[in-house]
Amino acid sequence: MSQENNSAPDIGFIGLLRWGWRQLTSMRTALILLMLLGVAAIPGSLFPQRNQNPQKVDSYFTTDPTLAKWMDRFHLFNVYASPWFSAIYLLLFISLIGCVLPRTFHHLRAIGKKPPLTPRNLDRMEGYRVVSSDPASAIQLSSKWLKRHRFRIRIDGNSISAEKGYARETGNLLFHLSLILILVGVALGSLFGMKGEAILNVGDRFINTPTSYDNISYGKFQGQGSLIPFSLTVTNFVATYDPTTGEPSDYVLTTEIANPLGSKAKQVIIKVNKPWTSGSTKVYLQANGYSPVVTVRDKSGNITFQGPVIFLPQDANLSSLGAIKIPDMNPQIGFIASFIPTAGSSAARGIFSTYPEVLDPRLVLSAWKGNLGLDSGTPQSVYSLNTSKMTKIGLKALTLGSTYDFGAGTITFDGWKSWVNLQIVDDPGKMYALFGAIFAILGLLISLFTRQRRIWVKVGEGVEIAGLAKNGIPGLEAELTALARALEEATGGKE
Amino acid sequence: MTSTNLAYFSNGAIYACLIIFTIAFFAHAVEVSWSVKNAESNDKTEFDFTKTQRAGRIGTAMMILGFGVLAVAVVTRGLSAHRVPWGNMYEFSITGALMLTGAYLFAFAKYKVRWLGLPVSISVLLTLGTAITVLYRPSAPLVPALKSPWLAIHVLAAIISGGVFLVANLVAATYLVMERYESKGGRPKWAERIPTLDSLDQLSYRLVAFVFPLWTFAVIAGAIWAESAWGKYWSWDPKETWAFITWVAYAAYLHARVTVGWRGKRAAWLCIFAGSTFLFNYIYVNIWGTGLHTYSGL
Repeated sequence: MSQENNSAPDIGFIGLLRWGWRQLTSMRTALILLMLLGVAAIPGSLFPQRNQNPQKVDSYFTTDPTLAKWMDRFHLFNVYASPWFSAIYLLLFISLIGCVLPRTFHHLRAIGKKPPLTPRNLDRMEGYRVVSSDPASAIQLSSKWLKRHRFRIRIDGNSISAEKGYARETGNLLFHLSLILILVGVALGSLFGMKGEAILNVGDRFINTPTSYDNISYGKFQGQGSLIPFSLTVTNFVATYDPTTGEPSDYVLTTEIANPLGSKAKQVIIKVNKPWTSGSTKVYLQANGYSPVVTVRDKSGNITFQGPVIFLPQDANLSSLGAIKIPDMNPQIGFIASFIPTAGSSAARGIFSTYPEVLDPRLVLSAWKGNLGLDSGTPQSVYSLNTSKMTKIGLKALTLGSTYDFGAGTITFDGWKSWVNLQIVDDPGKMYALFGAIFAILGLLISLFTRQRRIWVKVGEGVEIAGLAKNGIPGLEAELTALARALEEATGGKE
Repeated sequence: MTSTNLAYFSNGAIYACLIIFTIAFFAHAVEVSWSVKNAESNDKTEFDFTKTQRAGRIGTAMMILGFGVLAVAVVTRGLSAHRVPWGNMYEFSITGALMLTGAYLFAFAKYKVRWLGLPVSISVLLTLGTAITVLYRPSAPLVPALKSPWLAIHVLAAIISGGVFLVANLVAATYLVMERYESKGGRPKWAERIPTLDSLDQLSYRLVAFVFPLWTFAVIAGAIWAESAWGKYWSWDPKETWAFITWVAYAAYLHARVTVGWRGKRAAWLCIFAGSTFLFNYIYVNIWGTGLHTYSGL
């Protein structure tokens, strides 16, 4: 009695697990999970995502902080990395494996086997007909016909069972196994990959170490030591624009790359659709803009700052905004500046850019003095000036080569350089995903365009034939007619 | 011809198409409405029937002519910009209309579905009309990100799939209308020449099964291109997300038919749902969405 009591829940638990596994790996569950994944992907396309559009996410937090906080709690700004999205695709992954692997083994066993027995009542099957043929030779004739048409056949005395189109299930399984391979590739990429960005002026040299990056993120199992050691020098960047619309038509970045570091540098041209590749690491040309070159002198003419300053493009004609900070002057000096590649002006808009290429540049400066706030401890953007402890001392638009005297010193607009934003990505799972994708399409084509069907021939009083099409592609009827004709002709020929 | 002349020629051809497809639409409408008259005046059956035939033939001729002129418009548009004509939404729309007409003509040649000409011609008219009035952009070279052989491959696969998905949707919608008539006691006279419910059901399934691998390919080609242009093969950009949702919806449709055995009304609704995710992607994401797929205005 007590023994029974102890063992009963035990079996029940295992039974429950088994029941759970069967439920999870059933096709219905897999389908529901697939649909659920589709539905779960929707919010990510309706709300801004943090990794794609952080500014827009921030604007949600400023307009309605409470709502944004609640949305954030449900990971609506980071849908594709959220626990609930991951839960769905992990369950789908397990369900798919549990569904497809047993079917694969079953199919592999079935390939070597003969077709199943001929059913008793053929007249219930598709395309049933009685053929006027000689019963004595019918089995031999039809087995010959079926073999010629590459059916696998099973002869049991006075009946033939034939089947063709096993490739349909092969393709079907290949497709689903390939989906698993794609998921493996995606997982490898996110666990062992790395992605970073660096902004470089023309002339700058980049060495592939973590400190060279403006931002960098690693996969969960990727260490910092895994960056491949190369150096890249930006030697030239040319952007071409369509003269009528001002739209860009080509970007060409010329670099010298030494891989590994210290080896002889080779010239490499990188374009938007042509990244530089080394192993699973790729370097992409992602964005570009202008860095005005300025020289700042104090009252006695000593240079306190000289060089290019990276500005961020604001519109299609590349009006660019930036900040020039001179912490080494007393009091500290800062400029909020905009760089206009080709100046035009109107009463309503003031000075603005009319074309993205540098044809008639202006540097519009507003000068501030006071405390730049660099020592406050909170990091600040290099593209903007914190003017809370500063006072405005002047405003000036400079043409190329001209100088502005702001009282405490002078600033000269010497020239400009182009900058490029390089994206450096290492994704070791990519190849698996690609092969998965190729096999998936192959499998899909095979499974959707292969007809799987059975044909039976039974000799009793007369000769009966019938068939069964396993998928909706037509053609069985014609095949049965051809077999019937072959049987009738052979008989007719003999008589 | 210079580029500008070619672009004007292409625009002219689009306007010509608007006229041709309008005639096609009226011809198909006449074919249908004359059949209605048949029922009322029995004595003129024979006479009216030949007229209907002729109207139907005119409709088909106009569809073929429209297809040809539209093809010329698309090709000259491409020539005027020295590239494949798939750089903005105007160009996607006119190519999409071409594919829709092509898919219809293919289905007509194979399954004799002349009746589909009515919904197809009105869809093409609406698409071209919207394209030339709202979406029109002057012909211009491509922005650098679009300069890739994948543009031709990815976009062509997506446009063809879209055309066939829309035809499948029209067939499924026709199924639902006919099903409603039949459940209420029979089809009206004009609908008698439309194929049986069973063959409508089969046709929409076959169209989807035929084009699903191509859609899969379009998504994958997009991923390969994204990998070389943006540094990431999948970044859940709104267009990618909706392409994935469409893929999932059609995958569910195929499973529902092949393994669960859905037929008829339920399958038709699922087919229409899947097709609407495609339309949503094309219209909503292109116009109101933001993301990596937004180029040159539209």
